Formats: sequence, structure tokens, C-alpha cells
Amino acid sequence: MTDWKAIGESKDFWSGVIFLGVGVAFVGLGRHYPMGTTMRMGPGYFPMVLGGLLASIGFILMVRALLRPGPGVGRLAYNKVALVTLSNVLFALLLRRLGLAAALILLVVVSAYASKRFRWPVALTLAVGLAVGSSIIFVWLLGLPIPIRGTWLGG
Amino acid sequence: MEIFSGLAIGFHAALTPFNLLYCLIGVFIGTLIGVLPGLGPAATVAMLMPASFVLPPVSSLIMLAGIYYGAQYGGSTTSILVNLPGEASSIVTTLDGYQMSLQGRAGVALATAAIASFFAGTVCTVIIALFAPPLAKVALRFGAPEYFSLMVLGLVASVVLARGSLLKAIGMIVLGLLFGIIGTDVNSGVQRYTFGVKELMDGIGFVTVAMGMFGIGEIILNLEREGATDRVVAKITSLMPTREDWKRMVAPILRGTALGSFLGILPGGGALLASFAAYSVEKKVSKHGAEFGTGAIEGVAAPESANNAGAQASFIPMLTLGIPTSPVMALMIGAMVIQGVQPGPSVMTDQPALFWGVIVSMWIGNLFLLVLNLPMIGLWVRLCLVPYHLLYPAILVFCGIGVFSLSNSEFDVHLMALFGVMGYIFGKLECEPAPMLLAMILGPMMEEHLRRAMLLSRGDPTIFLSRPISLGILVVAAVALVAALLPAIRAKREEAFKEE
Repeated sequence: MTDWKAIGESKDFWSGVIFLGVGVAFVGLGRHYPMGTTMRMGPGYFPMVLGGLLASIGFILMVRALLRPGPGVGRLAYNKVALVTLSNVLFALLLRRLGLAAALILLVVVSAYASKRFRWPVALTLAVGLAVGSSIIFVWLLGLPIPIRGTWLGG
Repeated sequence: MEIFSGLAIGFHAALTPFNLLYCLIGVFIGTLIGVLPGLGPAATVAMLMPASFVLPPVSSLIMLAGIYYGAQYGGSTTSILVNLPGEASSIVTTLDGYQMSLQGRAGVALATAAIASFFAGTVCTVIIALFAPPLAKVALRFGAPEYFSLMVLGLVASVVLARGSLLKAIGMIVLGLLFGIIGTDVNSGVQRYTFGVKELMDGIGFVTVAMGMFGIGEIILNLEREGATDRVVAKITSLMPTREDWKRMVAPILRGTALGSFLGILPGGGALLASFAAYSVEKKVSKHGAEFGTGAIEGVAAPESANNAGAQASFIPMLTLGIPTSPVMALMIGAMVIQGVQPGPSVMTDQPALFWGVIVSMWIGNLFLLVLNLPMIGLWVRLCLVPYHLLYPAILVFCGIGVFSLSNSEFDVHLMALFGVMGYIFGKLECEPAPMLLAMILGPMMEEHLRRAMLLSRGDPTIFLSRPISLGILVVAAVALVAALLPAIRAKREEAFKEE
């Protein structure tokens, strides 16, 4: 009997899926790059060989997991992944528009929300402290070319 | 004597007030991140790299090096006092170090760790000074085939020494090599996998990847495990080891240093593996083996000397061959390239002040650590009690600003976020990110050397076997790979990693 539930959770199985997918994608997307010959390798040679190799490794991992699933992945912390990623993306999108200070406050508050020990007063204090400190250290002292006040705030 | 003239150049370069200051700053920050749990040296070196670009090359490398071995010191402090390894390489120190603390011997354990680290650091500085120049001389004769084989060895070793499944580690290597391809092909000018995105034309920056996978990814993994544990700090009484302690720590320190220096040279080895290996070896050979885990001083002395030796020995292949053996070394190579220094065997002859200055600064840095750390222990303890929910947003701030300022581009921040998610997923799947990063950096060099070697041999791949040095390197790589697959050694390898 194949234990489909264990396979569906298997770390090895999903590693295999990722490797196979990425390998196939590299081969597929790179198929038009000139291969060249063994003596004069073209830009397509290295990616084709490696993409094929990665896909094969992924395939072996998947087959092996079908026979012996091994430990499962367990629960994924989707909300924490989402919050930390969102905080970074917001920071990037708003850095020039809101400026360093406001973007950092957003970054800190949104990311801090991912912790189960989140408290509004603590997070806000931390955010303001880090925003002020970073503005002083990075912009005034180190002279990084980042606006403290962004274009949306009339900077 | 070349070594002495070299060391003289080194002291001359390292002893300027400016460089002393940056050495001090480096070891200070290193200890700081070593103490702070959840922030590793790779992420920190990556974060501070943009700030180091304003410094001259020698100072910047001295500072970055100081961060790396300073972290080994700091990591042990929290292991001993709060049973919380600040650094992966000091995980084994918790086993006996914290037990010693519970017995009221925290001060002795800290002193032992400091003495062991300092001794290992001193010996390793001498080892680097002795072996780096001849190695660099041999390497000057290397051609494309030798370099390619050497990199194969590097990747094989990082696979063998990675924890967990070999196949997954090899997969991560190939994945890294593929990521390394992204960008403009230097030979043909063809854009590979850039999809017209101009930020990708120069390839994916490894600093971005390092910050994403080691910084952001780790944060998410840590948040998932976040618990409401109360940390109890042990009281520090007497620092001075007794006569009996001294007697018992000598042999473990010597063995730990030897093992650490050897494993540090191997790619993928470094401080982490050295500390694990030293602990298990010591447990077997020591007369007091039965006391291990209950507060044996050997269980602190051996891994602490080994992790420091390992951290420092990994500079040998980096400085002489220009080949990184760990993500941190890869970042150092990146720092050199950005500073306009071409890493490789010619660094020693072309930039003697840089080469010897960095080596000498390591010894000075170790001295700083010995003198500064024990008196400052109170500060470090307070820092390691900073709760994680206050710490990680600050790490995100530094990562965000750091990665943006690499090339003033929002794109890098997005890329870092993406690699953060990847770091989390690979962490959940038990796929090691370190070999991937290593491969990503070596990838372009490997392809270049492979193409050159093939052109040289008119497409005959046996060139790698007909040149003696290249053959020798490949044989070592093959032996390492086969050995890792043998059941007996495989069991040992798993055992070595399980000693947590």
C-alpha cells in the first residue's frame, strides 16, 4: 500500500518537485541559447547540462519519496511568511515615495506583527526609535543617498 | 625568511591606529552578533558590506574578518550562561558549558572558552603565515583545468560536509550553479534568463541572496519556533580555572586546534563542523569521556578551540586560491572584488600589505577579544537577553537599508524578500542553503574555466585527468564523495551531526 498522505507531506518529495520544476524551467527557457560544441561551448551548454541534471535529481528524490516518504514538512507559517515578505515589499515600494523614516516605521510595525508577542505600544516605540536612529546613522553620518522625507510628503 | 618579512609588512599594515580601530570595531560587532541569537555571521557580513565600501580595502577586510571570528567568541558566551547558542558553531558548547554554569563554574567555563579560542587563534595565525605563501606559489602555476577541478573539489566537499541528505545537497549545488548563470554571458554577450529585466543583467547579487536566505529566511524560521521561554542567566563567580582545570584543558585544546585547522581548510567545513567533530573526538579519546554532558571542562575547551581554528583556517583557501569555502568567505571575496582587488594567488605578491595585514590583524583581533570580552561579560549577557520580538524587526531594518544601498535599487529589496521566502521553504525541506550560495558564486568562474579548458584541449574532456595537479584534486574529490556514500562513514557522519 502506498501511503499517499505521507508522500504528500514528505520533505524529500517536495524538494524533488522543486528541483524538477526549476530544472525543467531552466531547460525550457534556455532552449534557444546556442549550444555550441564541446570545444567551443555556447551560452546554452552549461545551463542545459545543469538544468537536466537538476531535473534528474528532482525526479530521483520524488521516486525515492514514493518508496520511502521520510519525515513530513509539518505546518507552514503562512501568515509569518506573508507578513515578513509584505514588510519588505512595502519598504521597497514606499522608500522613495514616503522617505526612509516613514517606510521604516511601516517595515517595523508590519514585520513585528508576525510575532505572537506583538504589542502596539512596544512596536510603535521600536519603529520610531529605529527610524530615527537609522536616519541619523545611515543618512546623516554615512551619507547614503536615501531621502528621509519622500516625494509624497513633499521631500 | 620570507615569513618574517611578510609578518613585518603585516604588522606595519595592521598596527596603524586606523586599522586597529577597524579591527576593534570588527571584533566588537562580531561578538555582538555572536551573542545575539538568530543572527549569523553570513547575514551580518552581508549587512555591513555596503558600509565597508567607504573604507580602504585593507581596513574593510580586517573589519569583516574580525566580525567572523569575533562571532565565534560571542556565540560561546550565551551557550555557557543561558544554554542558548548565539551561533550554530557553539551549539555543542551548551552541552557541557551550561552544565558547568549550573554547578557554579560559569566563570571558569567562560575563561576556558576564551583561553581555548585565543590559543587556537594564535596557532592558526602562524599556520596561515606558514602555509599560505607556498600554497599561493603553487597556485600561481594553475591553469584553467586546475581551477575547474579545484572548484569541483570545493563543491564536492561542501556537499559531503553539509548536514542531511547528500542528494538534496547536490541538488542545492546545481540550483546554485543555475542561479549563477543568470545575467550576461561574458563570452558571447548573450542575456541568459534575464527576461529583459535590466537589474538582472549583471546577475543576481550574492549579497542579496545571502541576506535573503540567511537573514530573512532565518527570521521566519525563528518566528515559527518562537516560544515564551524564560532565560535564566547563571551567576559568574570566579573566572580563574584551578590547577586541575588547567591540566585537563591542555590536551583537548591542542586536539581541537589541530582538528579545527584541518577542517577549516576544507570547503564547507569551517567552524560549525569543526566544533561538532572536536566534541565527538574528545568524548571518545578523553579519560573523562564519561563525564561529558555533565559539565566536563574538556567539552568546552575542545569545541571552542576547534570552532575558532576552523573559522580562521577557512581564510587559507580564500586568501591563496581565491576560492571560498563558506558563505562568509564568499562574501569576503565579493568584498575584495568590489574593492578592486582580484582574489587569487596573486594577492600575496601584488598586495602584500593586504594579505599580511589581514593575517596579522587576526592575531591582534584575538588579543582584543581575550582582553575585552571577559571584563565586558555583563554587557554581553544583557544583550543576549534582548527578546527576539524586538530584535528581528531591527535586523529587517538593517537588511532593508543594506541591500537597497548596494546599488540604490528597490529591485534588490524585492529579490531579497523572494530569497527570504526561498530560505524559509528550503529550511522546512531540510535543504541546506550554504552549498547553494557557494555554488552560485563559484558558478560563473567554473563555467569560464570549463570553457577555457575545453578550448585548450580542443574539446577533449580528458584534459582534467591528464594534468597531474588537476588529476590529483579530482581524485581527492572522488574519494571524498565515495567515502561519504559508504554506509559505515555515512552513519558516522550522521552521528557527528546529531550530537545536539
